[in-house]
Amino acid sequence: MNPTLQLFLIVSAALFCIGLLAALSRRHAIFILIGIEMMLAAAGLNFIAFWRFGPQPAPPTGVMVAIFAIAIAAAEATVGLALVLVVYRHFRTTNVDQVDQLKG
Amino acid sequence: MSNSLLAHLWLIPAVPLAASLLILSLSNVRRGGAAVFAIAGQVIALILSLVAFWPTLQTPAYRVWQNFTWFTFGEQVLRIGFVLDPLAAAMLVMITLVSLCIFVFSIGYMATDQNFTRFFAYLSFFSAAMLGVVISNSLLLLFVCWELVGLASYLLIGFWIDKPSAAAAAKKAFITTRIGDLGFFLGILWVYDRSGTLLFYDGGNGALEHSGLLSLGASATFIALLIFCGAVGKSGQFPLHVWLPDAMEGPTPVSALIHAATMVAAGVFLVARVYPLFSLGAINGVTPSLTVVVWIGVITALISSLIALAQADIKRILAYSTVSQLGLMMVSLGVGGVAAGIMHLLAHGFFKALLFLGSGSVIHGCHEEQDIRKMGGLRRLMPATFLTYAIGMMALSGVPLFFAGAWTKEEILHATSLWSVSQVPHYLMLAGVVLTALYMTRQMIYLFFGPRRTAAEHAHESPAVMTLPLIVLALCTVGFSVLLTPAWPWLHDYLSGERAVFDSSRLIQPIFFLSLALVAAGIGLGLGVFLYRRAGAIDPLERALPGLFRFLANRMWFDELYDWTIIAFARATARASDLLDRYFLDGLVRTAGAIGGALGSLTKGFDERGINAGVDDATDVARGFGRVIARRHSGRVQTYLGAIAVGMLALLILYAWLT
Repeated sequence: MNPTLQLFLIVSAALFCIGLLAALSRRHAIFILIGIEMMLAAAGLNFIAFWRFGPQPAPPTGVMVAIFAIAIAAAEATVGLALVLVVYRHFRTTNVDQVDQLKG
Repeated sequence: MSNSLLAHLWLIPAVPLAASLLILSLSNVRRGGAAVFAIAGQVIALILSLVAFWPTLQTPAYRVWQNFTWFTFGEQVLRIGFVLDPLAAAMLVMITLVSLCIFVFSIGYMATDQNFTRFFAYLSFFSAAMLGVVISNSLLLLFVCWELVGLASYLLIGFWIDKPSAAAAAKKAFITTRIGDLGFFLGILWVYDRSGTLLFYDGGNGALEHSGLLSLGASATFIALLIFCGAVGKSGQFPLHVWLPDAMEGPTPVSALIHAATMVAAGVFLVARVYPLFSLGAINGVTPSLTVVVWIGVITALISSLIALAQADIKRILAYSTVSQLGLMMVSLGVGGVAAGIMHLLAHGFFKALLFLGSGSVIHGCHEEQDIRKMGGLRRLMPATFLTYAIGMMALSGVPLFFAGAWTKEEILHATSLWSVSQVPHYLMLAGVVLTALYMTRQMIYLFFGPRRTAAEHAHESPAVMTLPLIVLALCTVGFSVLLTPAWPWLHDYLSGERAVFDSSRLIQPIFFLSLALVAAGIGLGLGVFLYRRAGAIDPLERALPGLFRFLANRMWFDELYDWTIIAFARATARASDLLDRYFLDGLVRTAGAIGGALGSLTKGFDERGINAGVDDATDVARGFGRVIARRHSGRVQTYLGAIAVGMLALLILYAWLT
């Protein structure tokens, strides 16, 4: 089975959907973060796939964007984990259903 | 040399002013410092005045000025400046010399006063303001200094502020002179309106020079009279003379300063300074404004000489004598004898300062007693004061040859006899001379001769610091007469801008007027001695003519007259305005307020029922909508995330469908 663009896109879409499902269905804040990271990874995979199967030679824009996204995801993960820590200290729980102080 | 001198002319008033500010910054206990600063300032001013005097001696009719721009207002450039001419130079020397004597005297007189430093600060300020008046080359600058003189006199007359009568006298002096100053100020405005300049001399463009006078034209008479109003107020002329005798409430050195060197001299000086305005368009030396000056002077001189006859307060007698001498000067200026008038002003400065300081010495010696009927026989107890006082008295009465007053009075009588309008002033002035000699003799006899009455029993001579200035002033008075003799009319020629020549034949020329003055003075003196030689507690005049005496003793009811007329009118006006304000204007204001209030409640009702209702409805709708929206906010992160996902999906589908 040759690696084609479609194959990568299917993998990427699957990854995104798994991440979205995780983010929407899990109740633990850290799992939601993991889901978001998976969605970001799927987006990065798309960038590289389109670059790899686009007209060659081309400047490595897709790779650059993917690297940026990974860096930003790292920063976002730090902030997210810090938030989770603070939320845990404050509410004594990481269950996002119980953290609903912002309801209208 | 004269240019650098001129550039430093401003130092003459500035040095005493600086001394005054310096003294004000001293604490109350630094008495020595205050006296030293004040006297040093005055000595420097005297030296500078003498330096300034020197070039005016060299050239007849010397006149230099220096003008500079004070500020520019739009297209109007306001310039002020300083001028040095014989008039200013002679005044400078007289003022600084007399002030110096008075300052030294004050050290003794005020020795026990609590506010010694404040007193010297004010004295310095007073002298600085007067020096400023003298060297001003601009009506505006002159007016500024003029008002500063007024302020200083207010502060000094009311120096003993805890004494209600002193406070009242200070207020009276200030307000009365202010009436005259209003006229003066209007005159200044009128000059500026007409000629566009307030400078006296400006190389041909000044208000007192040819073109400036031409531009004044027919209004010159009114302008001159308005300016004369200021002089009337300041120099205590009828009908604004009432403040001058009350000014005796101040400490005696202040009275000396006011009556001799500074305040009252300002009015006469002003008329002399703007004399070209008065004499503009003169026919035979007569203009309407000068005629007014003459008659005001005549009335003042006579009234005050008469009042002086019946006063019992040693200083009040001198005060009325000042008023009468000022009247005499005004008459002299009015009839054209400018030089004679100024000569009398200068001579008067010396001997009146001498008399006032002498009276201060007497008051000091008699333990603050001022009633001459309680004194007597002081000549043995206070020999130095007696001798100097006698010199001052003889100078004032017009005893001839060695005393300044005689020569200047002779000059004035001569000038009045030449007046083409009427001879009446001449004869009235002769009567004035008689009266002057009479009341001065009366005062002398009451003070120094006869039996010792109550206040004189424990009298003592004043310390040297007080008698020394008296001696200096007495010497000045005698020495000054050398400059006044007709044989060598040095001062006369100096003031009128001619070169003085010695001519012994001229000693004979005015023999008629001299003898007239002499006879008049002699009559006065003789009458005085005759009348008062046995004077006791009851005045001989009072015994003979009690009604007249009471009339004079009460100052011809001038104060009461003003109380009943002007002040009553002012009170009535004030009351009427008060009522107007209280009922009419306040009523208007209240009505306006009520209208405003009614309008307010109207709009309030409209607001509450109309606008508020609409707003309330709007908010109700918004609140309901908000409640619906708020229900969607569960606060659960995943709900939001799901909503985002659904939204994204919807957008995606929409995108796919559209393309």
